[in-house]
Amino acid sequence: MNSVHTIHGGIHPREEKQLSRPGQVIDAGLPHELILPLSQHIGAPAEPIVSVGDHVKGGQRLAEDQGAVSAAVHAPTSGHITAIDMQPVPHPSGLTNVCIRLTPDHADEWLVLQGLADYRSEAPDTVIAHIRAAGISGLGGAGFPTATKLLARERSAIHTLIINGTECEPYITADDTLMQVAAEQIVAGAEILAHILGAETILYGVEDNKPAALKAMREALAASDDALGQQQVVSFPTKYPSGGEKQLIEILTGEQVPSGGLPADLGIVCQNPGTAVAVRDAVIDGKPLTDRLVTVTGRAVSHASNYRVRLGTPIAHLLALAGFTPGSRQRLIHGGPMMGFALETDAVPVVKTTNCVLAPTQEELPAPPPAQACIRCGLCAEACPASLLPQQLYWYARAKDQEQLEKHHLFDCIECGACSWVCPSSIPLVQYYRAAKSHIVETRDDKQRAERSKGRFEARQERVEREAAERERKRAERKATAQQKAAASEADDPVQAAIARTKARKEQAAQTKDAS
Amino acid sequence: MDFLRITSPHGHGPLSTAKVMQTVLLATLPGLAAMTWFFGPGTLINIIFGGLIALALEYAVMGIRQRDPLFYLRDYSVLVTSTLLCFALPPYAPWWLILIGVASAVLLGKHVFGGLGYNPFNPAMVGYVVLLISFPLQMSSWAAPRGLGEVPGFTDALTALFFARDYDAVTMATPLDIMRQNTGLLMDDLYREATQFGQWAGVGWEWVNLAFLAGGVWLLYQRIFTWHGPVAMLAAIGLCAAAGFDGGSSNSGGSPVFHWLSGATMFGAFFIITDPVSSAVSNRGRLIFGALIGVLVYIIRVTGNYPDAVAFAVLILNFAAPLIDQYTQPATYGHDRSSE
Repeated sequence: MNSVHTIHGGIHPREEKQLSRPGQVIDAGLPHELILPLSQHIGAPAEPIVSVGDHVKGGQRLAEDQGAVSAAVHAPTSGHITAIDMQPVPHPSGLTNVCIRLTPDHADEWLVLQGLADYRSEAPDTVIAHIRAAGISGLGGAGFPTATKLLARERSAIHTLIINGTECEPYITADDTLMQVAAEQIVAGAEILAHILGAETILYGVEDNKPAALKAMREALAASDDALGQQQVVSFPTKYPSGGEKQLIEILTGEQVPSGGLPADLGIVCQNPGTAVAVRDAVIDGKPLTDRLVTVTGRAVSHASNYRVRLGTPIAHLLALAGFTPGSRQRLIHGGPMMGFALETDAVPVVKTTNCVLAPTQEELPAPPPAQACIRCGLCAEACPASLLPQQLYWYARAKDQEQLEKHHLFDCIECGACSWVCPSSIPLVQYYRAAKSHIVETRDDKQRAERSKGRFEARQERVEREAAERERKRAERKATAQQKAAASEADDPVQAAIARTKARKEQAAQTKDAS
Repeated sequence: MDFLRITSPHGHGPLSTAKVMQTVLLATLPGLAAMTWFFGPGTLINIIFGGLIALALEYAVMGIRQRDPLFYLRDYSVLVTSTLLCFALPPYAPWWLILIGVASAVLLGKHVFGGLGYNPFNPAMVGYVVLLISFPLQMSSWAAPRGLGEVPGFTDALTALFFARDYDAVTMATPLDIMRQNTGLLMDDLYREATQFGQWAGVGWEWVNLAFLAGGVWLLYQRIFTWHGPVAMLAAIGLCAAAGFDGGSSNSGGSPVFHWLSGATMFGAFFIITDPVSSAVSNRGRLIFGALIGVLVYIIRVTGNYPDAVAFAVLILNFAAPLIDQYTQPATYGHDRSSE
C-alpha cells in the first residue's frame, strides 16, 4: 500500500491556500438569526417537528429525517422558532426552500447529550442509528447522508475505509485546518466508521501541499492505540482533482470504480475528515451535527481564515466578520473556484455542505472572456481525469446528439472543470455537459412517461375491446336464447300448430290420392 | 445585494488560443531563418504579403458574416494559415500565385465550412493543392540554394513578386525530383554527380528541415501538441524508407535520413499534421493519423509525380480523421479497457 498511483490528466491551478492561514480557527459566534434549511443533504427533505413560537434547546431535533436517504436537522443553540417558511438557500440555481428560522436567546442552553459508552461492544446497526439520529451527512461537498452510505456494508464486503483529506480545490483549507487541530478526533471517528463497516484498513489520503496536516495526522495515528494496526497516512503529489472520490481511490489503490457503480463495489468506502469528526462526536458524545469549519477567503475579505460556524448562520454574518468589501462585478462563491457555485445573495445560510465561502476580487478571478471557436487542440482531453474527449463531447452537446454523447460516456464526467480551466478558447465546457446531461435525463423521463401513457392507453384499448367483446358475447347469447325461445314458442303456438296440422292433413290426402 | 453569477469553474488557466497561435508562429522562426539563409528573402516576402492578404480576407469575410472582425483577427489563426502556406510556396513566386493560394486557403479551406474550428481539411494544404494542380510550373520553380547559385536580394524578391516577367529566376530541380527521376545510378554517384545533394539530403534542405525540427521540438516542450502525430509520421517514413532502401542504388527510394531531411518532412510533421482541427483527436488516433501520413508521403514521393507529397497525404488523412476517431476513443475511467 505504500506506492501511490497516478491518475490521468489533472491541472495545477494557483493553490492560494495560505491566504486563509490553514491551522487557525476563529469562532464565528452567534448571529441574530439561524436559518436551517430542511434539505441540506441529498435525498428527501426532513420534516419539521417543532412549531413557530416553540422554545428549543441546543442539540434538540427540529426536523425528522424522512425515509432511507435523508438527514435530521438539530438546533445549533437555544432560542425560539420564529418562522418556518421559504428562504433562499445555497443552490446553483438560486432556489428558495423551506427553512426553520431560529432566533437565539444567547443562553446557549443544551440538552443533556448521551453517547455510546463503548461502541465496540455494540452492533453496527446500533451505531448507525446513532449517526442517523445525529443528522450527519457528508461534509465534503455532495452531502450524502452518512448513515445511508454506511449501509454499503450490506451490499458488499468492505475492506478499506478511505478518509479523503485531499482537499484539492484551490483556496479551501477547512479540512487542512481540521486535520491540524482535530487529528485525534478524525482518527477516532475513522475507527468508529471502520468498526461499522468491518473494514480492516484505513487510509488517510492527504496531498503533499499540507505538511502540517500530514504531520498532525501521523502523530495522531502514532498516539492512537490503533486497534486495527492497519492504518496509514498516505501523501501524494498535489494535483487537481485528486480529491474526487474516484480519483483518490485510483491514486491509493490503483483500481477504478466501475462506471455507474459505487466505491463499495471495490470494497471501499470514502469519508471526509469532517464527517469522521461528526461521527465521533455523535457516537462518543451523543452530539448532533450543528456546526462545521468554513473557510472564508478571497482577496475581497481582509480576514480570510477558517471559522467554526453554527449551521444556519447567514453568510452575510461570516462576511462581516471576515471584513468583506465588495468590489464591482463582485462574485460570491459557495465552495471552491473549480466546482463551487456563485451565490446570488449573502442572505443564504451556511449548511452542512458549506466548506468554503470565496469572495474573490475581479482581478483575482476575472470573469471569463467571450468564448472563441474550439480548435480541438486536445488540451481538455489531456486534462480530463476521467479520460474523456471533452472536445468531442462539446461538439456533440452542441449538436444535441444524445447517442454520441452517451457513446462518449458523458455520464462519466465528474464536472471537475479541468477542461474549462485549460481551454484556450475559454469555452465553458462543463456548462455544456451539465446542460446535455439534464437534457438527456429529461428525454429519458419523457420517454418513460410516454411509455407509461402508452401502456395506459394500450390497457384501456384492451379493456374497451374486452368490454366490447363481452357485450358482443352477451348480445349473441341473448340472441341465441331468443331464437331458442322462439323455436320453443313456435312449438307452443296454437295458430302455427293448426296450420301445421292442416298442412299435414293435406299432404296425407295427396299421398292417399296418389296411392289410389 | 446581488452578486455576479457565473458557472464553475471560476478560474482559468494561462493559455489562450491567441497565445497558442503566436507560439506556433514563433516556432517557425528557425525554419524561416534557414530558408532565408539558403534561398534569400523570398519566403519572408511571401509570408508578409500573404499575411496581409489573409488579414484583409478574414476581416472582409467576418464583416460579411456579420461578426465582429476584430474579435476574430485577434486569435491570430488566419496568420498561422497564411504563414504555413507561404512556407510551402516557392520563394520569388508572383503576387497572384500567393493571392490565389491564400484566398483558397482562407475561403475554401476554412470559411466555406463555417470558419475556424469547423474546417475538415488543413486550410494551408487546401491552398497549396489548389495552386499545385492549377499552376504546376510556377509551383515547381524552386530557387537554387546558397552554394549552388546566387542568392537573390530584397529587390529581386520584390521584382519577382510584382513584376514576375522582369525577374530571371534561377531555379533547379530539388533533390526529391532528382531522386525520383534517376534509377540507374549508384547512390554515391548520384550524390557526386548532382550538386543539389549535400551531406545527408539536399543542400540547404537538410538544414531547413533541421531548423523546422528544432522549432517543432520547442512546440512540443511548450505542450502546444503531443508527440504522437509527429513521431508516428517520422517513424513511418523512416520504416518505409528503410524497407525500400537497398543501401546503394538510386533505383530505391532513398534512405530514411534522406527522407527525413528532404522536402517538407519536418515542416509537415510539426507544423502541418499537428493542426488540431483537422487531425484525429485522441492520442491513439493521432498515432494512426501520423503513421498513415508517413506511409502516404513515402509512397507518393517514390511513385508519384509531384514535387512533394506532404500536402496530398495530409488532405487524404484529413478525410479519414473522423473514421479514425470512431475507432480510437480512449478508455474512459471506470470502463473495461478490454471491451473497447
